[in-house]
Amino acid sequence: MEYKITVKDEMDTIELAQNFESEKFPNMIICLNGELGSGKTVFAKGFASALGVNETITSPTFSIIKEYDGELPLYHMDVYRLDGNTNGVNIEDYFTKDGVVIIEWADTIKDILPKERLDIKFKVVDENKRILVIIPYGKQYEDLCEAVL
Amino acid sequence: MNILAIESSCDETSMSIIKDGHTDLGTVILSQIDIHKMYGGVVPEIASRSHVESITIVLEEVLTKASMKIDDIDAIAVTYGPGLIGSLLVGLIAAKTIAYIYNKPLIPVHHIAGHIYANNLVNRLEFPLIALVISGGHTELIYMKEDYSFEKIGGTLDDAVGECYDKVARVMDLSYPGGPSIDKLAKQGNDTYKLPLPLNDSSYDFSFSGLKSAVINLVHNEEQRGNKIKKEDLACSFQNRVVDILTKKTVKALKEYDVKNLIVAGGVAANSAIRNSLENACKQHGISFTVPPILYCTDNAAMIGAAGYFAYKKGIRADLNLNAQANCNLEDLL
Repeated sequence: MEYKITVKDEMDTIELAQNFESEKFPNMIICLNGELGSGKTVFAKGFASALGVNETITSPTFSIIKEYDGELPLYHMDVYRLDGNTNGVNIEDYFTKDGVVIIEWADTIKDILPKERLDIKFKVVDENKRILVIIPYGKQYEDLCEAVL
Repeated sequence: MNILAIESSCDETSMSIIKDGHTDLGTVILSQIDIHKMYGGVVPEIASRSHVESITIVLEEVLTKASMKIDDIDAIAVTYGPGLIGSLLVGLIAAKTIAYIYNKPLIPVHHIAGHIYANNLVNRLEFPLIALVISGGHTELIYMKEDYSFEKIGGTLDDAVGECYDKVARVMDLSYPGGPSIDKLAKQGNDTYKLPLPLNDSSYDFSFSGLKSAVINLVHNEEQRGNKIKKEDLACSFQNRVVDILTKKTVKALKEYDVKNLIVAGGVAANSAIRNSLENACKQHGISFTVPPILYCTDNAAMIGAAGYFAYKKGIRADLNLNAQANCNLEDLL
């Protein structure tokens, strides 16, 4: 199953993220891929605000993992800098901490991603418009997409 | 008072012995390059973090460099956050172990406090002051009324300034880190590309994500039209917008808080255009301007030792329960 959604601007991306948030569950894994400036962090910001995170969500590029308190804990990651080498960062630990995990550039660590997860690929159409290719893996994520999309 | 300081929040393992918060008796920074030499092979950046053994090598080296024994040390200062948790833990466990075995006081230091106090290794800080901390992971304006008192008055809402440089450099096919390559290229170019001044409002917050996107869009649009980007000009235009907004908001803070001193800290403080613009602005307003030498701009333990001294004087101590924190506020352990 694959969904293609067109978002016309940042607000659309935020709204979509908020809709996913409304169906959240512990250990939810969302993998975001797409070039620089395509809206990955915007999606994370939208999700976090719906999750009740009060802090400003800043880019995790430098610190790789940022943790926030919300209705569920939020683990926001950008694994680009790891260049596929996840030794010593213990990313897998976060998959079972009963929080929501949002991973930017997740394709670079494909080997360690859980089999069941949600993949979202951001494709830039023009300055504001994006096509989001959303692929659920596993029953739980298929149901999630049914409910949201 | 001699403080042994330990910093391992990111890619560098560093130790330093600092006397009275201002004199560097010896600093060792083990970066990837040193590891290559020492181990005779390439060790990837992340794998180096799990190289726990490097911390003991650094300890031996720093004591040798300062011609000291552990007995000559009065206290241990350590970065407890923010940073990458796995990296922080290596330094923290080393600090706790040394403090425990040799019965020395343990001082927790916030990484940003360290960057600010890097300036104290050059000139005694004059208060009140505004500190602009700019690096790959941080963009913050901080007001300090006196020693070891921090009030964050603004910060980035998305990307840090150094990160923005790196990402723009990536889009322009320039080398990493982006700061030096853009800075160099910008000097040969002209400000011809129209880019927005990001978050140009009355707050002290910054937003560099929009500027990054504007550069990306510009590059894409030109590509689609079959036009070649003039990289020098784009570097210059981009850098000018960064300089403009950093200078504008910093100057506003200098005036509003009526301070005598501006200090700039963090790796991006090495950027010549940002440095020059802020220095000129300070000159115009009769404010003294301090920026640490390049060695103390990037991550190092000397700055942690300098900050640790003033934290100690304020009575800040930690016990062996001190934990590493990936995210933490400057105001937390005051």
